[in-house]
Amino acid sequence: MLRLDAITKNFGGLTALDQVSFAVADGSITGVIGPNGAGKTTLFNIVTGLYTLSSGRVFLGEKNISFCRTEELAGLGLVRTFQNIELFGRMTVLENVMVGMHNGTRSGILSCALKLPGHRREEKYIREKSMEWLRFTRLEDLAHVAAENLPFGKGRLLEIARALAARPKIILMDEPAAGLNSRETLELASLISKIRESGITVVLVEHDMDLVMDICEHIVVLNLGKKLAEGKAVEIQGNPEVIAAYLGTD
Amino acid sequence: MTGRKQQMILFMLFAAGILAAPFFLKGSYLLTVMVFVGINTMLAVALNLLLGYAGQISLGHAAFFGMGAYISGIITSRFPVDPFGVMLLAAVLAGALAFVIGFPILKLKGHYLAMATLGFGIIMYIIFNETVAYTGGPSGLPGIPSLRIGVLVFDNDLRNYYLVWMFTLVVMLLAINLVQSRIGRALRAIHDSEVAARVMGVNARILKVQIFSLSAVISAVAGSLYAHVMTFIAPASFGFNFSVELLTMIVVGGLGSIYGSFLGAAILTTLPEFLRVFQDWDIIVYGLMLILMTMFMPGGLISGMEAGLRHVMAKIFKGDGGHAQA
Repeated sequence: MLRLDAITKNFGGLTALDQVSFAVADGSITGVIGPNGAGKTTLFNIVTGLYTLSSGRVFLGEKNISFCRTEELAGLGLVRTFQNIELFGRMTVLENVMVGMHNGTRSGILSCALKLPGHRREEKYIREKSMEWLRFTRLEDLAHVAAENLPFGKGRLLEIARALAARPKIILMDEPAAGLNSRETLELASLISKIRESGITVVLVEHDMDLVMDICEHIVVLNLGKKLAEGKAVEIQGNPEVIAAYLGTD
Repeated sequence: MTGRKQQMILFMLFAAGILAAPFFLKGSYLLTVMVFVGINTMLAVALNLLLGYAGQISLGHAAFFGMGAYISGIITSRFPVDPFGVMLLAAVLAGALAFVIGFPILKLKGHYLAMATLGFGIIMYIIFNETVAYTGGPSGLPGIPSLRIGVLVFDNDLRNYYLVWMFTLVVMLLAINLVQSRIGRALRAIHDSEVAARVMGVNARILKVQIFSLSAVISAVAGSLYAHVMTFIAPASFGFNFSVELLTMIVVGGLGSIYGSFLGAAILTTLPEFLRVFQDWDIIVYGLMLILMTMFMPGGLISGMEAGLRHVMAKIFKGDGGHAQA
Protein backbone atom coordinates (compact mmCIF):
# COMPACT_ATOMS: atom_id res chain seq x y z
CA MET A 1 0.00 0.00 0.00
CA LEU A 2 2.54 2.56 1.18
CA ARG A 3 6.27 2.17 0.72
CA LEU A 4 9.02 4.47 1.90
CA ASP A 5 12.34 4.08 0.19
CA ALA A 6 15.38 5.59 1.92
CA ILE A 7 13.64 8.80 3.01
CA THR A 8 16.03 11.53 4.11
CA LYS A 9 15.07 14.98 5.32
CA ASN A 10 17.57 17.68 6.20
CA PHE A 11 16.64 20.93 7.89
CA GLY A 12 19.75 23.01 7.28
CA GLY A 13 22.50 20.99 8.95
CA LEU A 14 20.10 18.87 10.97
CA THR A 15 19.15 15.48 9.61
CA ALA A 16 15.62 14.86 10.87
CA LEU A 17 15.23 11.60 8.95
CA ASP A 18 18.08 9.48 7.72
CA GLN A 19 17.54 6.78 5.09
CA VAL A 20 14.28 5.52 6.56
CA SER A 21 12.67 2.67 4.63
CA PHE A 22 9.67 0.53 5.45
CA ALA A 23 6.50 -0.75 3.86
CA VAL A 24 2.90 -0.73 5.06
CA ALA A 25 0.96 -3.82 4.04
CA ASP A 26 -2.53 -3.58 2.51
CA GLY A 27 -5.22 -3.63 5.17
CA SER A 28 -2.82 -3.57 8.09
CA ILE A 29 -2.54 -1.36 11.13
CA THR A 30 1.04 -0.17 11.31
CA GLY A 31 2.43 1.78 14.22
CA VAL A 32 5.33 4.21 14.08
CA ILE A 33 6.83 4.77 17.51
CA GLY A 34 9.87 6.43 18.96
CA PRO A 35 10.95 8.92 21.61
CA ASN A 36 10.28 12.63 21.19
CA GLY A 37 12.26 14.11 18.32
CA ALA A 38 12.59 10.75 16.60
CA GLY A 39 11.16 12.20 13.38
CA LYS A 40 7.71 10.61 13.42
CA THR A 41 5.68 13.69 12.59
CA THR A 42 8.33 14.78 10.06
CA LEU A 43 7.78 11.44 8.38
CA PHE A 44 4.02 12.07 8.14
CA ASN A 45 4.61 15.58 6.86
CA ILE A 46 6.82 14.21 4.09
CA VAL A 47 4.37 11.50 3.08
CA THR A 48 1.50 14.02 3.00
CA GLY A 49 3.47 16.54 0.93
CA LEU A 50 3.71 19.21 3.62
CA TYR A 51 7.51 18.87 3.60
CA THR A 52 9.60 18.13 0.55
CA LEU A 53 11.97 15.25 1.08
CA SER A 54 15.70 15.75 0.63
CA SER A 55 16.20 12.33 -0.94
CA GLY A 56 14.43 9.00 -1.23
CA ARG A 57 11.06 8.06 -2.65
CA VAL A 58 7.52 7.46 -1.40
CA PHE A 59 5.18 5.08 -3.21
CA LEU A 60 1.43 4.78 -2.80
CA GLY A 61 0.67 1.47 -4.46
CA GLU A 62 2.67 1.66 -7.68
CA LYS A 63 2.58 5.44 -7.86
CA ASN A 64 5.54 7.57 -6.88
CA ILE A 65 4.02 10.30 -4.69
CA SER A 66 7.32 11.81 -3.50
CA PHE A 67 6.55 15.16 -5.07
CA CYS A 68 2.75 15.16 -5.07
CA ARG A 69 1.04 18.24 -3.69
CA THR A 70 -0.87 17.76 -0.44
CA GLU A 71 -4.23 18.48 -2.08
CA GLU A 72 -3.66 15.77 -4.72
CA LEU A 73 -3.23 13.00 -2.18
CA ALA A 74 -6.85 12.81 -0.99
CA GLY A 75 -7.79 12.01 -4.58
CA LEU A 76 -5.23 9.20 -4.58
CA GLY A 77 -6.75 7.79 -1.38
CA LEU A 78 -4.37 9.09 1.28
CA VAL A 79 -5.51 11.33 4.16
CA ARG A 80 -4.23 12.12 7.62
CA THR A 81 -5.22 13.50 11.01
CA PHE A 82 -3.15 15.95 13.05
CA GLN A 83 -1.40 15.73 16.39
CA ASN A 84 -2.53 19.20 17.45
CA ILE A 85 -6.08 19.00 16.15
CA GLU A 86 -6.66 20.96 12.93
CA LEU A 87 -10.42 21.28 12.82
CA PHE A 88 -12.37 24.00 11.05
CA GLY A 89 -13.26 25.61 14.36
CA ARG A 90 -16.02 28.00 13.36
CA MET A 91 -17.81 25.43 11.22
CA THR A 92 -20.21 22.90 12.68
CA VAL A 93 -19.24 19.31 13.30
CA LEU A 94 -21.40 18.26 10.35
CA GLU A 95 -19.82 20.87 8.07
CA ASN A 96 -16.36 19.67 9.02
CA VAL A 97 -17.24 16.21 7.77
CA MET A 98 -18.87 17.73 4.69
CA VAL A 99 -15.52 19.35 3.86
CA GLY A 100 -14.05 15.86 4.12
CA MET A 101 -16.33 14.96 1.22
CA HIS A 102 -14.80 17.70 -0.92
CA ASN A 103 -12.79 14.88 -2.39
CA GLY A 104 -15.05 12.80 -4.62
CA THR A 105 -17.58 15.57 -5.26
CA ARG A 106 -17.24 18.15 -7.96
CA SER A 107 -19.66 21.10 -7.93
CA GLY A 108 -17.71 24.21 -8.94
CA ILE A 109 -18.20 27.90 -8.25
CA LEU A 110 -20.69 28.37 -11.08
CA SER A 111 -22.96 25.43 -10.35
CA CYS A 112 -22.90 26.27 -6.62
CA ALA A 113 -23.77 29.95 -7.16
CA LEU A 114 -26.54 29.10 -9.63
CA LYS A 115 -27.80 26.11 -7.60
CA LEU A 116 -27.91 23.91 -10.68
CA PRO A 117 -29.85 20.64 -10.25
CA GLY A 118 -26.68 18.52 -10.26
CA HIS A 119 -25.33 20.54 -7.38
CA ARG A 120 -28.56 20.19 -5.39
CA ARG A 121 -28.43 16.42 -5.72
CA GLU A 122 -24.78 16.35 -4.76
CA GLU A 123 -25.42 18.62 -1.76
CA LYS A 124 -28.11 16.24 -0.50
CA TYR A 125 -25.78 13.27 -0.97
CA ILE A 126 -22.94 15.07 0.87
CA ARG A 127 -25.22 15.90 3.79
CA GLU A 128 -26.66 12.40 4.15
CA LYS A 129 -23.35 10.64 3.74
CA SER A 130 -21.69 12.99 6.23
CA MET A 131 -24.37 12.17 8.81
CA GLU A 132 -23.51 8.50 8.30
CA TRP A 133 -19.88 9.19 9.16
CA LEU A 134 -20.99 11.07 12.26
CA ARG A 135 -23.04 8.05 13.32
CA PHE A 136 -20.04 5.81 12.62
CA THR A 137 -17.96 7.89 15.04
CA ARG A 138 -20.92 8.48 17.39
CA LEU A 139 -20.86 12.24 16.96
CA GLU A 140 -24.35 12.57 15.45
CA ASP A 141 -25.76 14.31 18.54
CA LEU A 142 -23.16 17.05 18.16
CA ALA A 143 -23.77 17.60 14.43
CA HIS A 144 -24.72 21.26 14.75
CA VAL A 145 -22.20 22.28 17.40
CA ALA A 146 -19.31 24.52 16.31
CA ALA A 147 -16.18 22.37 16.16
CA GLU A 148 -14.22 24.76 18.38
CA ASN A 149 -16.66 24.05 21.20
CA LEU A 150 -16.07 20.30 21.18
CA PRO A 151 -14.35 18.64 24.10
CA PHE A 152 -10.86 17.46 23.17
CA GLY A 153 -11.67 13.77 22.83
CA LYS A 154 -14.63 14.46 20.53
CA GLY A 155 -12.41 16.73 18.44
CA ARG A 156 -10.05 13.83 17.84
CA LEU A 157 -13.00 11.68 16.76
CA LEU A 158 -14.17 14.42 14.43
CA GLU A 159 -10.74 14.55 12.80
CA ILE A 160 -11.10 10.85 12.09
CA ALA A 161 -14.70 11.20 10.83
CA ARG A 162 -13.62 14.00 8.49
CA ALA A 163 -10.71 11.96 7.18
CA LEU A 164 -12.97 8.94 6.59
CA ALA A 165 -15.43 11.10 4.65
CA ALA A 166 -12.72 11.55 2.02
CA ARG A 167 -13.05 7.78 1.31
CA PRO A 168 -9.35 7.02 1.79
CA LYS A 169 -7.57 3.77 1.07
CA ILE A 170 -5.05 4.63 3.73
CA ILE A 171 -5.30 6.94 6.72
CA LEU A 172 -2.36 8.32 8.67
CA MET A 173 -3.15 9.22 12.29
CA ASP A 174 -0.74 11.44 14.16
CA GLU A 175 -1.01 10.59 17.87
CA PRO A 176 -4.76 9.98 17.90
CA ALA A 177 -4.70 8.98 21.58
CA ALA A 178 -2.75 12.00 22.86
CA GLY A 179 -4.80 13.78 25.52
CA LEU A 180 -7.46 11.07 25.72
CA ASN A 181 -8.40 9.38 28.98
CA SER A 182 -8.25 5.61 29.27
CA ARG A 183 -11.90 5.04 28.42
CA GLU A 184 -11.64 7.25 25.35
CA THR A 185 -8.46 5.44 24.33
CA LEU A 186 -10.27 2.11 24.49
CA GLU A 187 -13.07 3.48 22.31
CA LEU A 188 -10.46 4.82 19.92
CA ALA A 189 -8.84 1.39 19.69
CA SER A 190 -12.14 -0.23 18.77
CA LEU A 191 -12.86 2.53 16.25
CA ILE A 192 -9.48 2.01 14.59
CA SER A 193 -10.17 -1.72 14.39
CA LYS A 194 -13.56 -0.97 12.84
CA ILE A 195 -11.90 1.28 10.28
CA ARG A 196 -9.44 -1.44 9.34
CA GLU A 197 -12.28 -3.98 9.04
CA SER A 198 -13.93 -1.68 6.51
CA GLY A 199 -10.86 -2.20 4.34
CA ILE A 200 -8.85 0.93 5.10
CA THR A 201 -5.16 0.67 5.89
CA VAL A 202 -4.13 2.53 9.03
CA VAL A 203 -0.77 4.00 10.00
CA LEU A 204 -0.43 5.60 13.38
CA VAL A 205 2.22 7.57 15.13
CA GLU A 206 1.62 7.05 18.82
CA HIS A 207 3.10 7.49 22.26
CA ASP A 208 0.56 5.29 24.01
CA MET A 209 2.46 1.98 24.06
CA ASP A 210 -0.48 -0.10 25.25
CA LEU A 211 -2.58 1.08 22.32
CA VAL A 212 0.20 0.41 19.81
CA MET A 213 1.05 -3.01 21.19
CA ASP A 214 -2.66 -3.88 21.30
CA ILE A 215 -3.79 -3.04 17.81
CA CYS A 216 -0.74 -2.74 15.53
CA GLU A 217 0.37 -5.90 13.82
CA HIS A 218 3.44 -4.19 12.48
CA ILE A 219 5.57 -1.67 14.34
CA VAL A 220 8.37 0.59 13.12
CA VAL A 221 10.64 2.16 15.71
CA LEU A 222 12.39 5.44 14.94
CA ASN A 223 15.11 7.01 17.02
CA LEU A 224 16.99 10.22 16.20
CA GLY A 225 15.79 10.09 12.62
CA LYS A 226 16.91 6.54 11.95
CA LYS A 227 14.92 3.34 11.80
CA LEU A 228 15.92 1.37 14.84
CA ALA A 229 13.80 -1.73 14.49
CA GLU A 230 10.75 -3.12 12.73
CA GLY A 231 8.53 -6.10 13.42
CA LYS A 232 5.66 -7.55 15.46
CA ALA A 233 4.81 -6.22 18.89
CA VAL A 234 6.52 -9.06 20.76
CA GLU A 235 9.69 -8.69 18.70
CA ILE A 236 9.81 -4.98 19.39
CA GLN A 237 9.16 -5.39 23.10
CA GLY A 238 12.09 -7.80 23.39
CA ASN A 239 14.49 -5.76 21.26
CA PRO A 240 17.36 -4.51 23.48
CA GLU A 241 18.09 -1.52 21.21
CA VAL A 242 14.50 -0.33 21.49
CA ILE A 243 14.53 -0.71 25.26
CA ALA A 244 17.78 1.23 25.36
CA ALA A 245 16.37 4.04 23.23
CA TYR A 246 13.34 4.40 25.47
CA LEU A 247 14.96 3.91 28.84
CA GLY A 248 18.46 5.20 28.08
CA THR A 249 21.70 3.30 28.60
CA ASP A 250 24.79 3.86 30.62
CA MET B 1 -33.72 21.36 5.29
CA THR B 2 -35.40 23.96 7.47
CA GLY B 3 -32.25 26.04 7.36
CA ARG B 4 -32.38 26.33 3.59
CA LYS B 5 -36.04 27.27 3.52
CA GLN B 6 -35.48 29.92 6.15
CA GLN B 7 -32.65 31.33 4.07
CA MET B 8 -34.84 31.60 0.98
CA ILE B 9 -37.70 33.22 2.90
CA LEU B 10 -35.28 35.64 4.51
CA PHE B 11 -33.89 36.60 1.12
CA MET B 12 -37.33 37.07 -0.39
CA LEU B 13 -38.38 39.28 2.49
CA PHE B 14 -35.20 41.29 2.05
CA ALA B 15 -35.70 41.61 -1.72
CA ALA B 16 -39.34 42.61 -1.25
CA GLY B 17 -38.30 45.26 1.24
CA ILE B 18 -35.69 46.63 -1.16
CA LEU B 19 -38.10 46.69 -4.10
CA ALA B 20 -40.81 48.37 -2.03
CA ALA B 21 -38.54 50.96 -0.41
CA PRO B 22 -38.82 53.63 -3.17
CA PHE B 23 -42.55 53.94 -2.46
CA PHE B 24 -41.65 55.27 0.95
CA LEU B 25 -38.56 57.18 -0.10
CA LYS B 26 -39.96 58.77 -3.22
CA GLY B 27 -38.50 62.21 -3.91
CA SER B 28 -36.40 61.94 -0.78
CA TYR B 29 -32.66 62.44 -0.63
CA LEU B 30 -32.46 58.97 0.96
CA LEU B 31 -33.39 57.43 -2.39
CA THR B 32 -30.18 58.84 -3.89
CA VAL B 33 -28.22 57.51 -0.94
CA MET B 34 -29.81 54.08 -1.38
CA VAL B 35 -28.50 53.89 -4.96
CA PHE B 36 -24.98 54.11 -3.55
CA VAL B 37 -25.85 51.73 -0.72
CA GLY B 38 -26.67 49.23 -3.49
CA ILE B 39 -23.34 49.75 -5.26
CA ASN B 40 -21.42 49.58 -1.99
CA THR B 41 -23.31 46.44 -0.97
CA MET B 42 -22.07 44.72 -4.13
CA LEU B 43 -18.52 45.77 -3.28
CA ALA B 44 -18.87 44.71 0.33
CA VAL B 45 -20.24 41.30 -0.69
CA ALA B 46 -17.31 40.91 -3.10
CA LEU B 47 -14.75 41.74 -0.43
CA ASN B 48 -16.57 39.63 2.15
CA LEU B 49 -16.38 36.53 -0.05
CA LEU B 50 -12.63 37.02 -0.09
CA LEU B 51 -11.96 38.17 3.48
CA GLY B 52 -14.95 37.02 5.53
CA TYR B 53 -15.18 33.57 3.98
CA ALA B 54 -11.81 32.64 2.46
CA GLY B 55 -9.90 34.73 5.03
CA GLN B 56 -7.74 36.51 2.45
CA ILE B 57 -7.37 40.24 2.96
CA SER B 58 -7.34 42.81 0.18
CA LEU B 59 -6.51 46.45 0.75
CA GLY B 60 -6.66 47.16 -2.97
CA HIS B 61 -10.23 46.34 -3.86
CA ALA B 62 -11.04 49.91 -4.82
CA ALA B 63 -8.71 49.31 -7.80
CA PHE B 64 -11.04 46.71 -9.34
CA PHE B 65 -13.96 49.03 -8.69
CA GLY B 66 -12.03 51.79 -10.46
CA MET B 67 -11.09 49.49 -13.30
CA GLY B 68 -14.75 48.76 -13.98
CA ALA B 69 -15.63 52.44 -13.76
CA TYR B 70 -12.84 53.62 -16.06
CA ILE B 71 -13.20 50.91 -18.68
CA SER B 72 -16.92 51.65 -18.94
CA GLY B 73 -16.44 55.40 -18.64
CA ILE B 74 -13.66 55.74 -21.20
CA ILE B 75 -15.18 53.50 -23.85
CA THR B 76 -18.83 54.55 -23.61
CA SER B 77 -18.03 58.28 -23.45
CA ARG B 78 -16.05 58.05 -26.70
CA PHE B 79 -17.73 55.37 -28.77
CA PRO B 80 -21.38 54.62 -29.44
CA VAL B 81 -21.16 51.02 -28.21
CA ASP B 82 -23.53 48.93 -26.10
CA PRO B 83 -22.68 49.89 -22.49
CA PHE B 84 -23.78 46.50 -21.16
CA GLY B 85 -21.29 44.88 -23.51
CA VAL B 86 -18.59 47.19 -22.16
CA MET B 87 -19.64 46.31 -18.62
CA LEU B 88 -19.13 42.66 -19.48
CA LEU B 89 -15.74 43.48 -20.99
CA ALA B 90 -14.75 45.38 -17.84
CA ALA B 91 -15.81 42.42 -15.69
CA VAL B 92 -13.82 39.97 -17.80
CA LEU B 93 -10.70 42.16 -17.83
CA ALA B 94 -10.81 42.77 -14.06
CA GLY B 95 -11.35 39.05 -13.47
CA ALA B 96 -8.46 38.18 -15.76
CA LEU B 97 -6.13 40.69 -14.10
CA ALA B 98 -7.08 39.37 -10.66
CA PHE B 99 -6.45 35.83 -11.88
CA VAL B 100 -2.98 36.71 -13.17
CA ILE B 101 -1.82 38.70 -10.13
CA GLY B 102 -3.68 36.34 -7.78
CA PHE B 103 -1.28 33.45 -8.26
CA PRO B 104 1.82 35.21 -6.91
CA ILE B 105 -0.02 37.51 -4.46
CA LEU B 106 -2.22 34.92 -2.75
CA LYS B 107 0.80 32.82 -1.83
CA LEU B 108 1.39 35.51 0.76
CA LYS B 109 -0.39 35.47 4.09
CA GLY B 110 -1.57 38.00 6.64
CA HIS B 111 0.33 41.30 6.68
CA TYR B 112 2.32 40.41 3.59
CA LEU B 113 -0.86 39.86 1.59
CA ALA B 114 -2.23 43.13 2.95
CA MET B 115 0.92 44.93 1.78
CA ALA B 116 0.87 43.33 -1.67
CA THR B 117 -2.78 44.19 -2.30
CA LEU B 118 -2.16 47.67 -0.91
CA GLY B 119 0.66 48.06 -3.44
CA PHE B 120 -1.57 46.87 -6.24
CA GLY B 121 -4.23 49.39 -5.23
CA ILE B 122 -1.72 52.21 -5.22
CA ILE B 123 -0.31 51.26 -8.64
CA MET B 124 -3.80 51.25 -10.12
CA TYR B 125 -4.59 54.57 -8.46
CA ILE B 126 -1.47 56.08 -10.02
CA ILE B 127 -2.53 54.75 -13.41
CA PHE B 128 -6.02 56.32 -13.03
CA ASN B 129 -4.36 59.58 -12.02
CA GLU B 130 -1.53 59.80 -14.54
CA THR B 131 -2.94 58.49 -17.82
CA VAL B 132 -4.55 61.87 -18.34
CA ALA B 133 -5.17 61.32 -22.04
CA TYR B 134 -7.61 58.50 -21.26
CA THR B 135 -8.88 59.03 -17.73
CA GLY B 136 -8.78 62.80 -17.59
CA GLY B 137 -6.39 62.51 -14.64
CA PRO B 138 -7.14 64.16 -11.31
CA SER B 139 -9.78 66.45 -12.80
CA GLY B 140 -11.87 63.45 -13.75
CA LEU B 141 -13.74 61.96 -16.68
CA PRO B 142 -17.03 63.67 -17.52
CA GLY B 143 -19.72 62.87 -20.05
CA ILE B 144 -20.32 59.20 -19.33
CA PRO B 145 -23.73 58.32 -20.80
CA SER B 146 -26.48 56.84 -18.65
CA LEU B 147 -27.34 53.21 -19.23
CA ARG B 148 -30.31 52.52 -21.45
CA ILE B 149 -32.38 49.50 -22.38
CA GLY B 150 -34.31 50.35 -25.54
CA VAL B 151 -36.17 53.57 -24.80
CA LEU B 152 -35.72 53.25 -21.04
CA VAL B 153 -32.90 55.58 -19.98
CA PHE B 154 -31.60 55.24 -16.44
CA ASP B 155 -31.22 58.92 -15.77
CA ASN B 156 -33.05 59.59 -12.52
CA ASP B 157 -32.74 58.32 -8.98
CA LEU B 158 -35.75 56.03 -9.10
CA ARG B 159 -34.62 54.28 -12.29
CA ASN B 160 -31.04 54.07 -11.07
CA TYR B 161 -32.28 52.63 -7.81
CA TYR B 162 -33.97 49.71 -9.54
CA LEU B 163 -31.11 49.27 -12.00
CA VAL B 164 -28.48 49.06 -9.28
CA TRP B 165 -30.55 46.97 -6.89
CA MET B 166 -31.44 44.40 -9.55
CA PHE B 167 -27.71 43.79 -9.93
CA THR B 168 -27.12 43.90 -6.19
CA LEU B 169 -29.91 41.46 -5.36
CA VAL B 170 -28.66 39.00 -7.99
CA VAL B 171 -25.12 39.27 -6.62
CA MET B 172 -26.40 38.74 -3.06
CA LEU B 173 -28.46 35.73 -4.06
CA LEU B 174 -25.56 34.11 -5.92
CA ALA B 175 -23.26 34.84 -2.99
CA ILE B 176 -25.73 33.32 -0.51
CA ASN B 177 -25.97 30.19 -2.66
CA LEU B 178 -22.22 30.02 -3.01
CA VAL B 179 -21.34 30.32 0.66
CA GLN B 180 -23.79 27.57 1.63
CA SER B 181 -22.37 25.15 -0.92
CA ARG B 182 -19.44 22.81 -1.26
CA ILE B 183 -17.31 25.73 -2.44
CA GLY B 184 -18.42 27.94 0.46
CA ARG B 185 -17.48 25.24 2.95
CA ALA B 186 -14.11 24.83 1.27
CA LEU B 187 -13.51 28.60 1.53
CA ARG B 188 -14.35 28.67 5.22
CA ALA B 189 -12.19 25.58 5.72
CA ILE B 190 -9.22 27.39 4.14
CA HIS B 191 -9.89 30.25 6.53
CA ASP B 192 -9.83 28.05 9.64
CA SER B 193 -7.06 25.61 8.67
CA GLU B 194 -5.56 25.79 5.24
CA VAL B 195 -3.41 22.73 5.83
CA ALA B 196 -6.34 20.55 6.91
CA ALA B 197 -8.39 21.81 3.97
CA ARG B 198 -5.61 20.78 1.59
CA VAL B 199 -5.34 17.35 3.20
CA MET B 200 -9.07 16.95 2.49
CA GLY B 201 -8.36 17.60 -1.18
CA VAL B 202 -9.29 21.29 -1.32
CA ASN B 203 -7.02 22.94 -3.87
CA ALA B 204 -6.51 26.05 -1.75
CA ARG B 205 -4.11 27.68 -4.18
CA ILE B 206 -6.54 27.60 -7.11
CA LEU B 207 -9.67 28.25 -5.05
CA LYS B 208 -8.21 31.39 -3.47
CA VAL B 209 -7.30 32.74 -6.90
CA GLN B 210 -10.75 31.88 -8.25
CA ILE B 211 -12.54 33.66 -5.44
CA PHE B 212 -10.19 36.66 -5.73
CA SER B 213 -11.06 36.77 -9.40
CA LEU B 214 -14.81 36.45 -8.76
CA SER B 215 -14.53 39.22 -6.22
CA ALA B 216 -12.79 41.42 -8.80
CA VAL B 217 -15.51 40.68 -11.37
CA ILE B 218 -18.28 41.77 -8.98
CA SER B 219 -16.30 44.89 -8.02
CA ALA B 220 -15.78 45.83 -11.67
CA VAL B 221 -19.48 45.48 -12.42
CA ALA B 222 -20.19 47.72 -9.44
CA GLY B 223 -17.64 50.19 -10.82
CA SER B 224 -19.24 50.17 -14.24
CA LEU B 225 -22.68 50.84 -12.71
CA TYR B 226 -21.16 53.61 -10.62
CA ALA B 227 -19.70 55.32 -13.70
CA HIS B 228 -23.04 55.27 -15.54
CA VAL B 229 -25.01 56.40 -12.50
CA MET B 230 -22.63 59.28 -11.72
CA THR B 231 -21.85 60.12 -15.38
CA PHE B 232 -18.60 61.58 -13.98
CA ILE B 233 -15.72 59.79 -12.25
CA ALA B 234 -12.43 60.88 -10.67
CA PRO B 235 -9.52 58.90 -9.21
CA ALA B 236 -10.26 60.02 -5.65
CA SER B 237 -13.20 57.58 -5.54
CA PHE B 238 -10.91 54.61 -6.20
CA GLY B 239 -7.98 55.18 -3.86
CA PHE B 240 -6.67 53.64 -0.68
CA ASN B 241 -9.21 55.48 1.45
CA PHE B 242 -12.07 53.74 -0.31
CA SER B 243 -10.40 50.33 0.08
CA VAL B 244 -10.25 50.97 3.82
CA GLU B 245 -13.85 52.15 3.78
CA LEU B 246 -14.89 48.87 2.14
CA LEU B 247 -12.96 46.95 4.77
CA THR B 248 -14.70 48.97 7.49
CA MET B 249 -18.09 48.18 5.93
CA ILE B 250 -17.67 44.43 6.24
CA VAL B 251 -16.04 44.55 9.66
CA VAL B 252 -18.83 46.77 11.00
CA GLY B 253 -21.57 44.80 9.24
CA GLY B 254 -20.18 41.35 9.82
CA LEU B 255 -17.31 39.34 8.39
CA GLY B 256 -18.60 36.18 6.80
CA SER B 257 -22.15 37.45 6.40
CA ILE B 258 -23.86 38.54 3.19
CA TYR B 259 -26.55 40.51 4.99
CA GLY B 260 -23.83 41.96 7.18
CA SER B 261 -22.24 43.29 3.99
CA PHE B 262 -25.47 45.16 3.26
CA LEU B 263 -25.75 46.43 6.82
CA GLY B 264 -22.17 47.69 6.83
CA ALA B 265 -22.57 49.27 3.39
CA ALA B 266 -25.78 50.98 4.50
CA ILE B 267 -24.20 52.38 7.65
CA LEU B 268 -20.93 53.48 6.05
CA THR B 269 -22.70 55.03 3.07
CA THR B 270 -25.11 57.01 5.22
CA LEU B 271 -22.57 57.90 7.87
CA PRO B 272 -20.52 60.45 5.86
CA GLU B 273 -23.62 62.63 5.79
CA PHE B 274 -23.29 62.81 9.55
CA LEU B 275 -19.49 62.84 9.51
CA ARG B 276 -19.32 66.03 7.46
CA VAL B 277 -18.13 67.83 10.56
CA PHE B 278 -14.95 65.72 10.52
CA GLN B 279 -14.17 66.66 6.90
CA ASP B 280 -10.91 65.02 5.81
CA TRP B 281 -10.54 63.23 9.12
CA ASP B 282 -13.07 60.59 8.14
CA ILE B 283 -10.33 57.98 7.57
CA ILE B 284 -9.49 58.29 11.27
CA VAL B 285 -13.11 57.66 12.17
CA TYR B 286 -13.04 54.52 9.98
CA GLY B 287 -9.83 53.38 11.65
CA LEU B 288 -11.36 53.90 15.05
CA MET B 289 -14.48 51.98 14.03
CA LEU B 290 -12.30 49.09 12.78
CA ILE B 291 -10.40 48.93 16.04
CA LEU B 292 -13.49 49.18 18.25
CA MET B 293 -15.45 46.61 16.24
CA THR B 294 -12.66 44.03 16.22
CA MET B 295 -12.17 44.56 19.95
CA PHE B 296 -15.74 44.51 21.13
CA MET B 297 -17.86 42.98 18.39
CA PRO B 298 -15.74 40.74 16.14
CA GLY B 299 -18.85 39.21 14.57
CA GLY B 300 -20.06 42.62 13.41
CA LEU B 301 -23.44 44.18 14.04
CA ILE B 302 -25.18 41.43 12.09
CA SER B 303 -24.10 38.70 14.52
CA GLY B 304 -26.21 40.15 17.29
CA MET B 305 -29.14 40.78 15.00
CA GLU B 306 -28.88 37.31 13.47
CA ALA B 307 -29.04 35.64 16.85
CA GLY B 308 -32.27 37.48 17.57
CA LEU B 309 -33.68 36.76 14.15
CA ARG B 310 -32.84 33.07 14.36
CA HIS B 311 -34.58 32.89 17.66
CA VAL B 312 -37.75 34.32 16.12
CA MET B 313 -37.48 32.19 12.95
CA ALA B 314 -36.89 29.07 15.02
CA LYS B 315 -40.06 29.78 16.95
CA ILE B 316 -42.07 30.29 13.78
CA PHE B 317 -40.76 27.20 11.97
CA LYS B 318 -40.01 25.11 15.04
CA GLY B 319 -36.74 24.20 13.33
CA ASP B 320 -33.35 23.90 14.91
CA GLY B 321 -32.65 27.58 14.63
CA GLY B 322 -31.02 27.51 11.22
CA HIS B 323 -27.46 26.28 11.31
CA ALA B 324 -26.63 27.33 7.77
CA GLN B 325 -25.19 30.80 7.67
CA ALA B 326 -25.17 33.36 4.94
